[in-house]
Amino acid sequence: METIYLWIALAPLIGSIIAGLFGRQIGRVGAQSATITGVAISFVLALYAFKVHVLDGGEVFNGTVYTWLASDLFTFNIGFLIDNLTAVMMVIVTSVSLMVHIYTIGYMAHDEELWPETSRARAGGYQRFFSYISLFTFSMLMLVMSNNFLQLFFGWEAVGLVSYLLIGFYMNRESAIYANLKAFIVNRVGDFGFLLGIAAILVYTGSMDYHEVFKQASQLAGIQVELIPGIEWSLISVICILLFIGAMGKSAQIPLHVWLPDSMEGPTPISALIHAATMVTAGIFMVARMSPMYELSEAALSFIMLIGAITAFSMGLLGIVANDIKRVVAFSTLSQLGYMTVALGASAYSAAIFHLMTHAFFKALLFLAAGSVIIAMHHEQDIRKMGGLRKFMPITFWTSMIGALALIGFPGFSGFFSKDAIIESVHASSLPGADFAYWLVLLGVFVTAFYTFRMIFLVFFGKERMDKHTREHLHESPWVVTVPLVLLSIPAVMIGWVAIEPMLFGDLFKDIIVVKPSHDVLAQVGSHFHGAWSFVLHGLMSPAVWLAAAGVLLAWLTTMQFPVVAQQAEQRFSWLSRLLKNGFGFDAFNTIVFEKGSLGLGRGLWKWSDLKLIDGFMVNGTAQSVGRLADVSRLMQTGFMYHYAFVMIFSVLAIMTWVLFF
Amino acid sequence: MTLDALNLMPILPEIILLVLACSILLIDVFMRAGSRDVTYWLTQVSLVVIFVAVLSGMSMDQRLSFEGSVINDGLSDVMKLAMILMTSMAFALSRSYLKDRDIHKGEYYILGLFGLLGMMIMVSAYSLLLIYLGLELMSLAMYAMVAIHRDDIRSSEAAMKYFVLGALASGLLLYGMSLLYGITGSLDIAVIRQAVLGGEIPKIALLLAMLFMLTGLVFKLGAAPFHMWLPDVYDGAPTAVTLYISAAPKIAALAILMRLFGDGLIGILADWQMLMIVFAVASLFIGNVVAIAQTSFKRMLAYSTVSHVGFILLGVLAGTADGFSAALFYVLSYGLMSLGGFGIITYLASRGIEADQLDDLKGLNDRSPWMAFILLILMFSMAGIPFTLGFWAKLAVLQAVVEIDLVWLAIYAVVMSVIGAFYYLRVLKMAYFDKPLITGMPVRSLDMRWVLNGTGIAILILGLFPAGLVALCAQVF
Repeated sequence: METIYLWIALAPLIGSIIAGLFGRQIGRVGAQSATITGVAISFVLALYAFKVHVLDGGEVFNGTVYTWLASDLFTFNIGFLIDNLTAVMMVIVTSVSLMVHIYTIGYMAHDEELWPETSRARAGGYQRFFSYISLFTFSMLMLVMSNNFLQLFFGWEAVGLVSYLLIGFYMNRESAIYANLKAFIVNRVGDFGFLLGIAAILVYTGSMDYHEVFKQASQLAGIQVELIPGIEWSLISVICILLFIGAMGKSAQIPLHVWLPDSMEGPTPISALIHAATMVTAGIFMVARMSPMYELSEAALSFIMLIGAITAFSMGLLGIVANDIKRVVAFSTLSQLGYMTVALGASAYSAAIFHLMTHAFFKALLFLAAGSVIIAMHHEQDIRKMGGLRKFMPITFWTSMIGALALIGFPGFSGFFSKDAIIESVHASSLPGADFAYWLVLLGVFVTAFYTFRMIFLVFFGKERMDKHTREHLHESPWVVTVPLVLLSIPAVMIGWVAIEPMLFGDLFKDIIVVKPSHDVLAQVGSHFHGAWSFVLHGLMSPAVWLAAAGVLLAWLTTMQFPVVAQQAEQRFSWLSRLLKNGFGFDAFNTIVFEKGSLGLGRGLWKWSDLKLIDGFMVNGTAQSVGRLADVSRLMQTGFMYHYAFVMIFSVLAIMTWVLFF
Repeated sequence: MTLDALNLMPILPEIILLVLACSILLIDVFMRAGSRDVTYWLTQVSLVVIFVAVLSGMSMDQRLSFEGSVINDGLSDVMKLAMILMTSMAFALSRSYLKDRDIHKGEYYILGLFGLLGMMIMVSAYSLLLIYLGLELMSLAMYAMVAIHRDDIRSSEAAMKYFVLGALASGLLLYGMSLLYGITGSLDIAVIRQAVLGGEIPKIALLLAMLFMLTGLVFKLGAAPFHMWLPDVYDGAPTAVTLYISAAPKIAALAILMRLFGDGLIGILADWQMLMIVFAVASLFIGNVVAIAQTSFKRMLAYSTVSHVGFILLGVLAGTADGFSAALFYVLSYGLMSLGGFGIITYLASRGIEADQLDDLKGLNDRSPWMAFILLILMFSMAGIPFTLGFWAKLAVLQAVVEIDLVWLAIYAVVMSVIGAFYYLRVLKMAYFDKPLITGMPVRSLDMRWVLNGTGIAILILGLFPAGLVALCAQVF
């Protein structure tokens, strides 16, 4: 089995190396074949691993592949931990990745038109893109398959690196460079916390291995540390919150969410793969994986729940005013990540993973559909300039509808099950802040429905608002684009039905996700659970569905029926609209405080500390004083023999005095 | 004691050397003035002979002979081999230099051989008398060598200074020895050692004896504040002579320092350690700081010697086996680097060009990339840049100092090395980035090129694989 796991991770890496290093020699077809083969192998093997572990209930594999570094105190291994959670994640990652790989053939077909004629990056851009997404797949797999914190951190950073490379894929565009720098720097803030958390674990447990650390977790809970003199913290809370800060960066939770909307500068396939389905969910996965530790800290759980709830609601609001099709979907991703985080906070880790899975499929679907629209619109992304596309692109339209219905939680679609489970779990939770979070996620459902269908209506219904030239060339996308859409829409509809029972209420994650009995909200929800069908019926009675319906209705009214109302409302509440369009001012705040502040600080340090103190005083000053000292000292060397003799005799006398009298 | 009871084997190499040196002296006298090359080659052959003689009798065991006044052990054998090798290299690097200045005389080689004899006696001496005899034999040979270019006023001046100040130092040493003899009643180091460890001798007299002997010895090494002769003599003497006196004699001086203090006076370690710290601190300061102000490459190397002596003292003052082996390692590395450094001067100096100023090295890379590369190895090694021979030498010494909890001293030495790195690197900057003032390279004989290239390559290789030499130095103690 170990060989199979190894191949799951290595096949995409090999593909990536071939496409990346020999892209020019093997050409476009060679690059796409190599990487798609790699990912396909990985996908098939992941399915096999899924069968062995999940369906046949195989033994958990926890083993070391090789020792990376051994020192006196610590040993760092590279190893795999393959259990049901990993198996599920591997299937999600490889399947979405495979779809995206195929889709990319169509999306990037005319890639060279987007580069300036003179750009040296123009040649081989296609191959480079394939190399990057395969490298991403490898990194993400290393992250989810890891059995220790070190490898987790490696995967964590590696996916961050590829994300950086892909956001700035069009490296000649100012906005892309801005966006990838932003993503990198904001993630650095999160990673700093993450690294501190890992370091604390290493210091206190002396191990990086998950199982070893989890074994010692209850001892950690007993330790109090003083971070600020006078205030004692429970060590486990500190570690959990530090790790979660890493998750906040990667999974874009407030206030570290600012990079995700800008990351849409990258080509759409990677928005689907990295910034919707997989990488951004790494934080969710990590917290679920660490559940034995998080369960010991109510403070950390409350903190997570509040952050998640605020993200879920406020980011949905931003989706309402966005006009770029990709940004709408991006804000929706932020909001959905908030839902997953809330579930983590409520100790409903399984629900978070469940939503992660359904979201991966329907959000990848929505992104790829948006990409399909963008291809048809000749890279026009403003939804106000679209409309009526339903007639021209039936496959894209219907798959988008499926994705949208899944997203708003239409009863029976996958998103319905997962989102409803989360809302019910938060409702059942008794942690501090749970009531507040419950209201926010509930209102979030309304907001979600509103912005999703506002987009659907504006894009696919109503008048055709695009220019004449674009309209004449409107047609459905090629099969490499539509096939992944169709394939993804299947799980977007079905997966909820199939997976809800084993994942949430069965023992799929038994012993993997640990929940304290007093926190076990899913058990409470599960006590009313009598199969998926009754869950749907019960859902119809809950406020969430009606709120969603209201949201769709409002969207229909404001976009199709009475667009005037929307305009008037926008004028009337222009302050609100401005607030939302500015994303609550996070960007402005960061620009003024952090960007200007650090530039000023840097300039100040450079001028005063570097130029004056270090260069001027310490470096040149020392050199000058040594030089002066040398000039003075050489004067002692007079060249007269009697001076020399005098110095000798005098020294002997001085030393003699010293030795004899002191 | 009758002659037949006397075992001459322990001093066989010295006897052979004496016989050969006298023979060469006689042969040289009867040769025509133009055939000094014969003397040179005869000298080299005799060096090979005694090298083999030492090597064949080599052993790490301690062997006392002549009533305990001669000692042969690993230390003496390793040092003798190194001194013979370095003397031979010095001769090879000197010949064309001497020829160009019309001072290619047999006396240079013969005095050199007698000096070597003195050094070998010093290394094997285990009694105060023998130490003094060896030291004077070596010194007298060197005084004469410095004066070998007697028409050159600087050479004569240097010889005069060296002789007068050296005599003063010998006087101090001798005075210290007589005091020691007076209070212990023996010239034998083994007996002195027991007496000092016994602690029944007057402390003040012992301290005075120690003080005078130490000052006399550190003069020979060239440690500050008894270093002032060193730049003048190194600079004033013909470079061929500087080459000779800068390498092997330091090894011999270190040998008696270890025998007298590390062995005989180990009982009052704390007292001489304190003094050596003072000398080391002063040497490191003078050697590194004053070198910066020099414009002459030769004089700069002379100051660099003072700083290296400071490092050697650091190893000795630790008073531990680690410290002694570090000092031995250091002095061997220093000998090689010094030969290379002064060797470059003799290599570049042609008739009428002394090539001993820093300006003469400008643009060396344009003239000869290979010579510039050897210079680079030498300077890096002297500065102690990691993974050169000099780095390992400094590291070993500093380790020994840190082991006896004198961390401040190690830090001080490192800071001083950083200052020293400046003038070594300045040489390289001139060699690589400045425009040459002189063009063309002198044509040199095969043996000279081999020796200089070999020195550079040996330093490079020993820097990359120092384990063997380190192990040898550790085995000795």
